[in-house]
Amino acid sequence: MSELFRRDPRAQWIARNRLHPMHQALVIGPVFGPSGLLRKNLHIIGFIGPNGLKRIDRSGASNDSEQGSRRSATASEVILPLHQVIEPAFYVVVVLDLVSGRLNGHDKDTLGLAQQLANRNCGNDNGGGAVVAIAFGELKDDSLDKAGVDRLIHINDEQYAHYNPEQRCNDLQGIIAELDPQHILLPDSINGGGDLGRRLAAAMKQRPACGVWKLNDDSVVCRGSAGKSDITRPLSKLMLVMEECSEPVSETRHENIEIPQKSSRLVDGKLLDQGNISVDPNAIPLAEAGFILSGGNGINDWAQFHHTASVLGATEGASRVAVDDGNMPRERQVGATGTWVTAQVYIAVGISGAIQHMQGIGQCDKVVAINTDEGCDMVKRADISAIGDSTEILARLVELVEQRKLAKQTINEGTSNE
Amino acid sequence: MSNNNLSVISLVSIGEHPTSRRPRRAEQDARAIELGIKLVGDNLQTLHAGKLSDDPSQQTALRSYLGMGLSEIHLLEMSENADAVLVIAEYLKQQKIDIILTGVRAENGESSGMLPYLLAEQLGMAMVTSIAEILSIDEVNQQAEVLQALPRGQRRKLKIDLPFIASVDMAAAMPRQSAFGPAMRGQFEATQAATVTDQESSGWQVADAKKRPKRLKIIKAKTAADRFKAATAKASGGGGKVVHGVEESAQAILDLLVEEGLV
Repeated sequence: MSELFRRDPRAQWIARNRLHPMHQALVIGPVFGPSGLLRKNLHIIGFIGPNGLKRIDRSGASNDSEQGSRRSATASEVILPLHQVIEPAFYVVVVLDLVSGRLNGHDKDTLGLAQQLANRNCGNDNGGGAVVAIAFGELKDDSLDKAGVDRLIHINDEQYAHYNPEQRCNDLQGIIAELDPQHILLPDSINGGGDLGRRLAAAMKQRPACGVWKLNDDSVVCRGSAGKSDITRPLSKLMLVMEECSEPVSETRHENIEIPQKSSRLVDGKLLDQGNISVDPNAIPLAEAGFILSGGNGINDWAQFHHTASVLGATEGASRVAVDDGNMPRERQVGATGTWVTAQVYIAVGISGAIQHMQGIGQCDKVVAINTDEGCDMVKRADISAIGDSTEILARLVELVEQRKLAKQTINEGTSNE
Repeated sequence: MSNNNLSVISLVSIGEHPTSRRPRRAEQDARAIELGIKLVGDNLQTLHAGKLSDDPSQQTALRSYLGMGLSEIHLLEMSENADAVLVIAEYLKQQKIDIILTGVRAENGESSGMLPYLLAEQLGMAMVTSIAEILSIDEVNQQAEVLQALPRGQRRKLKIDLPFIASVDMAAAMPRQSAFGPAMRGQFEATQAATVTDQESSGWQVADAKKRPKRLKIIKAKTAADRFKAATAKASGGGGKVVHGVEESAQAILDLLVEEGLV
């Protein structure tokens, strides 16, 4: 709803027109005081115009208290209509990627396509299918109903915090044997969906359609030849879909009913996750790096900057000025003329934010600015802006991080000694 | 590395240059060979399923693998559109192989990336996708440690039982250059393989890839004022916090880093 005040011209006209049949209903009669004198409430005379100023209409006997009352626009959240599937004719299974427990764009697009498949042939009497989302491991997202999940199977156990595609594939086979879905969709992503889908296809002896990016009536269009050709082929049971294969669900709410399911027991896993290893942050290409500490003209102490980056474990970046001055190599330059970065956290130290630089960090999630000038463009863009001398702030930050690491180490040693 | 007892085989395909569409050595397969050579040196076996042209100028793609220092490539001859999976599986069943290296996906054809998974299923081997490096091989316990490439340049260490199939990611070490002399001297050892035609794919329509339409930003506002606001509003960070003072600033930044799980 809009925040603007709207006047009701018809009500105003009725209030002015004493001959109108609704005039009496809209206009409250004169109020007499205790001494019998006619009282006029000056506050309720007139109405508030669209520009927020009070307007008094003196043309008629306008005693329009109705107009004076502000009809405040309720800024309530729009409740979307609920899409219910009481007795599903069939199921469409979606296996979610859930990077760090949340739905990402790829998951939402996959769910959108699944809803399209579930509801495409439903006529008047035969109800559509239900979309069953399968989530492994931790699930932090609470917007599953808005993303188009009719039923949810959530399998959570300690082992799903790790990479265990064999176990997941085994679980999926059990679920699929039980539900007998019409279609199984997985995101064709490097976050696990592509791997799991292909494993499942091999185990089920189903030929998957990989790289699906468009659904026509009874056929799908897939990217083949490593992205050089489009293959139009009939719909298949198992499909690995690309990002933006369909619009995500946005107009309906869904039931999101959880179907209880236990994880299956897999005896002989041949893969064992040993955890992520620490990589040299500066060996990661700048365009891929998830955490960047970037330095600009405002840095005086470059040795300290490098030290900070190594303590934080951040990939180093630089603005054009820093590169031109010879403080950083050219391949570290961030911006339209350098590298377009996609970091999750980007710390800009002493960078005021030229437009080329701001373009380069457009994809970044969280931006932190450390700058002496509070009015610069980087501060306007940043989620957290620290105003002050960068040398002091970085020194203090390094101290805090080292303290934290030390505290962690002592806790670990304490537990290992026990 | 002294892994002389290991038998490692790498499966190679003919690649295709993305722009010129000329045949070339496939980038991921070349990385797989590089990994294999580092692992076992000259003992690396190489297998290709397909047809070898009699014209030497058409052999350049396969010969460029030979130019990396291989003495021969084993060739399973089959017609061009035949299904390679069954043919390769049949051949590999007769050998005793410890490690099979492939690329993640082919550079032409369907390029579904299913081949290593299907082979793993048929041969009953473990499968690990997009590896960047093989760290160590423990022949006593029949286990290997591999590094898997993850998004954002991260690496995951995995322990995997021998024998296994690994598909090699682009994050693996760059392949060595192909030398012309060894490429010409290398041999092809051909065997005639059964031809299993792929019936299903004959009905597909293949066209050059069209550029995918850019997704439009759809604004589902009820009122004109909201639509106007959405169309004209300047994208801003929105609610950026400004902190003054050294201690407070450092603490605020640290809190953010902790929240994002980076420290």
